[in-house]
Amino acid sequence: MNFDSLSILMIWTAVAIYAAAFIAYAFDLAKRSQVAADAKAVVPERELVGATVGGSASSAGRAAGSGSAGTTAPAPQRFVMARIGTALTTLGFLFHLAGTVLRGVAAGRVPWSNMYEFSMTGTLLIIAVYIGVNIWFDLKYLGTFIVGLVVVLLGGAATGFYVEVVPLADPLKSVWLVIHVFVASLGTAFFALAFALSVFQLMQARREARVLAEAAKPGPRFLATLPSSERLEGLAYRFATVGFIFWTFTLIAGSIWANDAWGRYWGFDTKETWTFIIWVLYAGYIHARATRGWRGSRSAWLSIVGFAAVLFNFTIVNLFFKGLHVYSGLS
Amino acid sequence: MSNSRSDTEAAEGPEASATVKDPMREGSKKREGSTKQAGADRSTDPLRPSDHIDGDGDSRGDGVDSPKLNVVGWLRWGWRQLTSMRTALVLLLILAIAAIPGSIFPQRMADPNGVTQWKADHPDLFPILDGMQLFDVYLSAWFSAIYLLLFLSLVGCVIPRIKHHLKALRSRPPRTPARLGRLDDHRETTRTVAGSDPAAAAEQSIAIAEKQLRALRYRVQRYDDKRGFSVSAERGYARETGNLLFHLALLGVLVSVGVGGSFAYTGQRVVVQGTSFVNTLLDYSSMNRGRFVSDDALAPYRMTLDSFDVTYQPFDPNKSSSGQAGDFAANVTVSEQGQKEREDAVRVNHPLGIAGDRVYLLGNGYAPTITVKNAKGDVVFHDSVPFLPQNNSTMMSIGIVKVADGLPEQLGLQGFFYPTSAKLATGALTSVYPDLINPTLTLNVFAGDLGIDDGTPRSVYVLDTGSMTQLTGGKTGTKSIELAPGETTALPNGMGTITFDNEAPKGAKDYSQSVKRYVSLQIRHDPSEQWVLVFAVVALLGLVLALFVPRRRMWVKATVVDGVVHLEYAGLARGEDPTLAAAVEDLRDGHARLLDADGATVAVAEPEAAPDAATPDAANPDAATPEESEPDDRGRFDKLGDR
Ligand code: HEM
Repeated sequence: MNFDSLSILMIWTAVAIYAAAFIAYAFDLAKRSQVAADAKAVVPERELVGATVGGSASSAGRAAGSGSAGTTAPAPQRFVMARIGTALTTLGFLFHLAGTVLRGVAAGRVPWSNMYEFSMTGTLLIIAVYIGVNIWFDLKYLGTFIVGLVVVLLGGAATGFYVEVVPLADPLKSVWLVIHVFVASLGTAFFALAFALSVFQLMQARREARVLAEAAKPGPRFLATLPSSERLEGLAYRFATVGFIFWTFTLIAGSIWANDAWGRYWGFDTKETWTFIIWVLYAGYIHARATRGWRGSRSAWLSIVGFAAVLFNFTIVNLFFKGLHVYSGLS
Repeated sequence: MSNSRSDTEAAEGPEASATVKDPMREGSKKREGSTKQAGADRSTDPLRPSDHIDGDGDSRGDGVDSPKLNVVGWLRWGWRQLTSMRTALVLLLILAIAAIPGSIFPQRMADPNGVTQWKADHPDLFPILDGMQLFDVYLSAWFSAIYLLLFLSLVGCVIPRIKHHLKALRSRPPRTPARLGRLDDHRETTRTVAGSDPAAAAEQSIAIAEKQLRALRYRVQRYDDKRGFSVSAERGYARETGNLLFHLALLGVLVSVGVGGSFAYTGQRVVVQGTSFVNTLLDYSSMNRGRFVSDDALAPYRMTLDSFDVTYQPFDPNKSSSGQAGDFAANVTVSEQGQKEREDAVRVNHPLGIAGDRVYLLGNGYAPTITVKNAKGDVVFHDSVPFLPQNNSTMMSIGIVKVADGLPEQLGLQGFFYPTSAKLATGALTSVYPDLINPTLTLNVFAGDLGIDDGTPRSVYVLDTGSMTQLTGGKTGTKSIELAPGETTALPNGMGTITFDNEAPKGAKDYSQSVKRYVSLQIRHDPSEQWVLVFAVVALLGLVLALFVPRRRMWVKATVVDGVVHLEYAGLARGEDPTLAAAVEDLRDGHARLLDADGATVAVAEPEAAPDAATPDAANPDAATPEESEPDDRGRFDKLGDR
């Protein structure tokens, strides 16, 4: 058994563990719905206040906190499934990391030079950022989303994009391969988190509006245990800005590399074009957040469109668009 | 919440705006006392377009007011629209959308062959789409209009902000608000006085706070009055500086690209092993140059291709890497005017710099050397002819030889070169490996009129067989000429002989050097490169400042109430500032330590003074970090005095 087949084994193990984590997170959301329902039964009016009128994150958090205090479940045990999910995600991450490192060892270079490897490293970074960020903020409610995304991307890549190790093509032999691609993947990871938060923000905003309108069914109940839409938006914005800075760097580093490898720093190659489009979309998102009438749900949509463009750039553009970036390794 | 807040403020706009336009106006004095503070606040606030979320919310630029019906009125209105946040945002989104077609349709600048192909595939649709400039998207009138408008908007937006910011950089932090307790991030403590003069102790505590804030790199200003002592502090001006730098740097990139293009040139040239290239306009096979590049602008230097290195992955039909080429290096000798000759190499990712030009290795191939003699034995053609590779993994290549003089008829030879030839089951030749292991050259011979005598320019890679007759290969029934290096054979009809010269040095044991190689080089000169890079890096640095430097104000106020010193701490942020609450607490705690050390006052052991405003976190078990419970202060930075 060589390093590469060992790597494949690790990767599939990671996918399986992530799938288990996904299930745990899904149970967590179900559990959250239950907690929300209980809390509502105990202090319905509190929840209403917290989610809508108070608006600011602190009062929403307070309401949620006191809501749970009113139920029989002791607070620390509340989201035990989420903890299991995160533990599994971390375990999966270790296998994922091992698989990625082994692939690098097998290839004798950084493991990100074709679609299969981009997917491997990109998803690894998504998980790394997700786990890392959870140290500071409790974002476990994004678990289903993030881990689900990674299961699909990593499993899909291992199935559809696998290529054996081949020596690097000349244009890829550059320090910029190490820097440019890595930072692009890191930016993608932050955009992914922002994307997940923006989706929840939209759902939360809808629910808040319905609660305010005293609708009978304000929407998925687990949302009641999540921060207010405004707080979700603030978090999404923060991750998007970090992602945006990495993306700006990617753009610059890519141009420097192109100036060495292709004889010009910018030529509107399809991949360059899409990287530019994504950059402009996120610049738009950041502006929207500062523009009256655009903050809130409208800007959230821009974050979602931005990430859709990132995924499009990675998959469709790599596979089907003609251009100089022919590094998918697939024919 | 900030949404609804701004909306209400938008409604009460005209009044609020009065203070902005003229804070010192007579009328503002008549308003409640804090109004004047609002005026003071704004002097250091970053200036924002009126439809900014933090804007003052007057109706300017909201599009609801109709302008005065005169030219100036309309112009002013139009300018305000153009420089609003909304316009910038919409233009950004349009720019993103407008860039998409360029990735769907082949572009002349990036892929001219793709355009030709598209035209051939869709002859009906092509003229329509071409009329819409869909094959030149990034040079099109409509794309240019979008980004030019965007940058016009940017200039219009940024210039007043620069003026304002320069002033703000020189002004003092604003007056301490009368009621700090109204701010979300607000803490209070009380200290008893050790000595007999509470007022002096209070003043002393503020002097200490002032020092503390200064050490924290705040700009500070004391505001003492009969009601108490206070220090007002502000920091993070770099946030706005960064924002302005970022936007200006983008403008710098655009201008550099635009201006630089006029001074840039890019030329292509094929150089065969052993031959030279001289950097003059005449010596290029194709050249693009900017408007301001004169005929004699090119630095005269000579470059000779001594050899070309390449390695191929070993042959292995089971591996996709079989025959993969790499480690290309064009080894050249460069002679510049007034300098000694030097040897260097052009490699992929490592362009060679010569006299401010950059020389790139774009491609490579084989250039079989062919000699044609006439019936008398005189050499009528002798050259190494670059063949175009058709397939990188086998280097099967096609080339054209044109013999214009010295034979009874003009000859055109259509050549196929197989570096490692093998016979297919059908008997046809193919190449199975890109290196020179078993090289074979086959030639189809055409006789007649090459069509070059009338001066019509013809590509050296295309043979127009329209007025020629094929003599070998194809359907002629005569086998095409097939040669290995060093072999000679007769041309049809007794016209003479043709030789595929072996270029290997004497005594070579294999074919590895039997055929010369050529490289295709690109020579580029673009003085704007460095500028674009500098501006891009400035933009990035500006962005980091603009997004991560917190812009905040802090106030510490001491009042004497019933003989004890009552201390208030409050903070206010401009823009996203997730750690403001923590910063206020740190300030209070640090101040307490300094005061303890000073000894003029003594801390009162008491629970939190004001549970509602001061401790938003206490009741929130979910709040793992201070950030978790961070209230959003947007929209309040400049609103303080209005309430
Ligand atoms: C080339 C087009 C533009 C791009 C790519 C762009 C990009 C950005 C980015 C990335 C930011 C975030 C950095 C920060 O918050 O300081 C920003 C902020 C900002 N931009 Fe632009 N911008 C463009 C044009 C404009 C124009 C035309 C205006 C004026 C109407 C403008 C006004 C602003 C303002 C006021 C902010 C601060 C937003 C805030 O307070 O958060 N920008 N821009």
